[in-house]
Amino acid sequence: MQFMLLFSRQGKLRLQKWYVPLSDKEKKKITRELVQTVLARKPKMCSFLEWRDLKIVYKRYASLYFCCAIEDQDNELITLEIIHRYVELLDKYFGSVCELDIIFNFEKAYFILDEFLLGGEVQETSKKNVLKAIEQADLLQEKTETMYHSKSFIGCKKAY
Amino acid sequence: MSDIVEKTLTALPGLFLQNQPAGGPAAPKASFSSRLGGLVRGITALTSKHEEEKLIQQELNNLKATVSAPTTTLKMMKECMVRLIYCEMLGYDASFGYIHAIKLAQQGNLLEKRVGYLAVSLFLHENHELLLLLVNTVVKDLQSTNLVEVCMALTIVSQIFPREMIPAVLPLIEDKLQHSKEIIRRKAVLALYKFYLIAPNQVQHIHIKFRKALCDRDVGVMAASLHIYLRMIKENSSAYKDLTGSFVTILKQVVGGKLPVDFNYHSVPAPWLQIQLLRILGLLGKDDQRTSELMYDVLDESLRRAELNHNVTYAILFECVHTVYSIYPKSELLEKAAKCIGKFVLSPKINLKYLGLKALTYVIQQDPTLALQHQMTIIECLDHPDPIIKRETLELLYRITNAQNVTVIVQKMLEYLHQSKEEYIIVNLFESILVLNTVDTYAPDNAWFIQTMNAVFSVGGDVMHPDIPNNFLRLLAEGFDDETEDQHLRLYAVQSYLTLLDMENAFYPQRFLQVMSWVLGEYSYLLEKEKPEDVITRLYKLLMNDSISSETKAWLFAAVIKLTPQAHSSNLVERLIQEFTISLDTCMRQHAFELKYLHENIELMKSLFPVDKSCEEMVVDASLSFLDGFVAEGLSQGAAPYKPHHQRQEEKLSQEKGDFFHETSSLKLEGIKKLWGKEGYLPKKESKIGDEVEAPPIPQENLTIENMDQVITKRDQSQVLTQSKEEKEKQLLASSLFVGLGSEGTINLLGKADTVSHKFRRKSKGKEAQREETTSAHSVTCSSLSSLSKVTCENNYLNTFSQLLDSESLTELPLVEKLSDCSLSAPSLFADNDMEIFHPPPSTAASVAKGISLYMHSNLMEVCNNEAVSISSYKIWKDDCLLMVWSVASKSGSELKSANLEIFPAENFKITEQLGCCLPVVEAESTRNFQYSVHLEKPFTEGNLSGFINYQLMDTHSVQLEFSINLSLLDFIRPLKISTEDFGKLWLSFANDVKQNIKTSESQAALPSALKTLQQKLRLHVIDIIGNEGLLACQMLPSVPCLLHCRVHTNVIALWFRSSCSSLPDYLSYQCQKVMEGS
Repeated sequence: MQFMLLFSRQGKLRLQKWYVPLSDKEKKKITRELVQTVLARKPKMCSFLEWRDLKIVYKRYASLYFCCAIEDQDNELITLEIIHRYVELLDKYFGSVCELDIIFNFEKAYFILDEFLLGGEVQETSKKNVLKAIEQADLLQEKTETMYHSKSFIGCKKAY
Repeated sequence: MSDIVEKTLTALPGLFLQNQPAGGPAAPKASFSSRLGGLVRGITALTSKHEEEKLIQQELNNLKATVSAPTTTLKMMKECMVRLIYCEMLGYDASFGYIHAIKLAQQGNLLEKRVGYLAVSLFLHENHELLLLLVNTVVKDLQSTNLVEVCMALTIVSQIFPREMIPAVLPLIEDKLQHSKEIIRRKAVLALYKFYLIAPNQVQHIHIKFRKALCDRDVGVMAASLHIYLRMIKENSSAYKDLTGSFVTILKQVVGGKLPVDFNYHSVPAPWLQIQLLRILGLLGKDDQRTSELMYDVLDESLRRAELNHNVTYAILFECVHTVYSIYPKSELLEKAAKCIGKFVLSPKINLKYLGLKALTYVIQQDPTLALQHQMTIIECLDHPDPIIKRETLELLYRITNAQNVTVIVQKMLEYLHQSKEEYIIVNLFESILVLNTVDTYAPDNAWFIQTMNAVFSVGGDVMHPDIPNNFLRLLAEGFDDETEDQHLRLYAVQSYLTLLDMENAFYPQRFLQVMSWVLGEYSYLLEKEKPEDVITRLYKLLMNDSISSETKAWLFAAVIKLTPQAHSSNLVERLIQEFTISLDTCMRQHAFELKYLHENIELMKSLFPVDKSCEEMVVDASLSFLDGFVAEGLSQGAAPYKPHHQRQEEKLSQEKGDFFHETSSLKLEGIKKLWGKEGYLPKKESKIGDEVEAPPIPQENLTIENMDQVITKRDQSQVLTQSKEEKEKQLLASSLFVGLGSEGTINLLGKADTVSHKFRRKSKGKEAQREETTSAHSVTCSSLSSLSKVTCENNYLNTFSQLLDSESLTELPLVEKLSDCSLSAPSLFADNDMEIFHPPPSTAASVAKGISLYMHSNLMEVCNNEAVSISSYKIWKDDCLLMVWSVASKSGSELKSANLEIFPAENFKITEQLGCCLPVVEAESTRNFQYSVHLEKPFTEGNLSGFINYQLMDTHSVQLEFSINLSLLDFIRPLKISTEDFGKLWLSFANDVKQNIKTSESQAALPSALKTLQQKLRLHVIDIIGNEGLLACQMLPSVPCLLHCRVHTNVIALWFRSSCSSLPDYLSYQCQKVMEGS
């Protein structure tokens, strides 16, 4: 996979992960073009796009678009399932995830992504194992957290 | 759900207000942790982009102050990082925080470290100079006893790591492969995968450990190792054939549901693993019957098991079909795969339909009948509202184009072009159309050909590749076999352009106008009714048009110049001269003055611009001999003799010795800055073109289905009552599209082929042929050499050959090349008895062999043997390729009968057999030699050639013996002879560089001896030695240059490589190290 973008229906970028070295200018250009192209597509259209020499695989979940760029010989359908598995992981972690969870805890979303995909390749396909890895890190995090402060940082999300 | 989100967003400000006072005792912390929330809330409340910019700029200023304040705690720093990441995501520059992200990863506790590493991975790319500062932290964390820290370090290494620092962490990561926790082992494997991607040579030695990872008891670790294997097998499948069995067994276990349930995805066992394995098997089984046979069973089972109606099973099926069609074919499997494709194509789900079309496009070359089966679906897809489906359908049609359906298909492509706005697709389609029009020679008639090209030029003239109009013009100029037909074509083009130009208010792209002006200038003389003046009038009108670019005007002016000698009255030309001699455009003014001068001397003009001579070779006196008298006069009057540029430069250099060092030191600074050289986003257009051109014609045999017409008549009978008008139209379209695919169509095609193909086959004019031959001369050197030797033997010419062998020119120019150049024109030269030709003695073979032995070659080495024969081989490093010689000797000295040697095709090489007997060893009846020239197609790290020999001794039956031989990239490295000045220029233009320090024992004489070693062992060319610095250059065949700059400090030699190829410096530095440490 070359990169993954999450953006809202209004075209706001929510998460970006680049697996190929590109300049900031190039990244911005790609993001702008892709967001425009994907948002212009009608709901019943194909989830795949040919774009430059890449294949774009995208899927909309509620108000969020998940968008991956793969190479021509890669499997489009399994990429759709990669997106779906990521959404499942987010869902399990946040408990029925919504766009707000990702906006306010985007670093968590990145941590989960890094446990699932590493360097553009699928690292771990077992849902249980991914979440276990995240929970382990979180647990340590919470311990250090409680050592310094009484209130948990993770609890913040529940406030709204 | 989205509605809910929107509602929540509008309610946000209130919620935050409620939230904030609740902070209580933890007030400082709360204010920080909700800072991101505050920022997000602030941005959401804004209405304009301008306000957002202002707010974020303010935020960034605050952050800048906070991160650089000494009182900021790491805890606060963590919060700042999160907000910085957010600002960067919105597209604002937060580069001031990068260094703090690295610090946070270095100094923070676990929680802060985690955010620090995340920020680093998001902010930096792998060539960023700050990344070097992270290396120590990574090393420390890799040695930590805390698992989470180790995991974090491995995660960052697998994402970004500076290539030159790999040796610092490699041993630590290798250790982790034996770690007791599977998550650590898994991440370590992925880190090694990353290293393999950025510097394959550095992990060459741990291949054995990859095998261990493949056999790991944990599924995750094993799956991770497949990423590496997929990549390695893609590069060199022959080296991993022995693993086929293991991959098949793993796939069998996965398909059979033997994995833990955790790995199931929607009750399908480990789909990602399955797909990875299927791709690997596809690569291994390609063109290899024996390996393919091992996997038939498991593929069959995969096809059978994937019956659940879920997307993920379709993903597996698709991969399976792909594999079945990639490996050595088996009819049963193909049948099943074809059925699967049918399921895709006929699916109502649009994603599956798209993949069905994609699969059809892939298999169509092997099985054109599949397209016939699905023709109605394909027709429907042609008018699909989703452009991506249309595009894929056109791609499919492109592959089934033949002489009969070309009109309809090109028509459809043009329709698509008119609608499409995407530049990339347009460019690709143009190429397809042009290929159909010209190369494949399917065009039915002149009018159609010109009209199609007109349409293509007027739609996309400005976005197309400049080669397209150039090729078109060359085609017109060189013509086809039939001269009268060519004139018709040209005349038609001229007439159609005049009509287009006469249209009111028409606007054409500049490129199209350029094409028109060239054609009008060259071929207006073919017009019967209209005079050249009329054409000039039209060109004049265009020249006066302000919307036309000055480049196009130059083309137009050139056309006017060509037409002027043919015109009878010159009023208009004079007016033109008048207007443009005062033009502000210097270029136009120049043209106008040229025309003015020529116009005054019409005879000269006629000889300069003859009619219809665009294909004639122009003879130019490049030595400017007509100026000799002038020069002699100048010299006799005391003028200084002329010195060429490089000579002046050299003299200047030697005068200001030492200046070069300043230059190099300033070069270094530039080199550091130039991190973003050529690795930007470059669409691989060239390879695409190649693919399309190579698309083989549809095989016409093995058509099992009844032909098209019969299918249609059958349908007509059964559906004649229910058929609507629309459907009839579709069927009509179908019959015009798929014609020629059925069996009867084949006959038609063959019948018609003669008339069509000879008309549009490119004429091989003498000049053209010669040019082509000279360019291909490199590859045919050897064969033409042997043919030349035969010719000369027969003619019994006398021997100046051996003298030539000793003459100095040969050491400079490769002998073989010289010979082959001559052989091109050999017959006529022999007839003329021209003295340029060599006159070899009757024993040509031996002396040619002597010629060959001028090249460096390796020692004879036995590659395999048995009781009867022994096969040895050696390499000859020729200037343009690697020549492999296998020598088969029978041990008993008896005659080898019908010995036959074959080399398997290898992925990175182009191997061609060389006939002839150019060998330094004496040929005996008991020895047979085989020669193959090996050309490099793609850089590689490890390669081998394998093959087998079939032979028969006196009275035994035939025996087969297999062998293989290793090739190294060094076999394709040749010295590059350039001047110091060129070195400087090239050095600046290369973006990929690698530096390495090597310790030597001796200090003073180190440089000359080291350079000598490099020159001898690695075939680098020593350009210059300046004080303690040395400049060397080499090239990887066919012509990828690599430069080396060496500098000696006390007892360390600093090597600095630069090249246009990214992997070459890496490889060479590794080799240099090996050679120098060995010496």
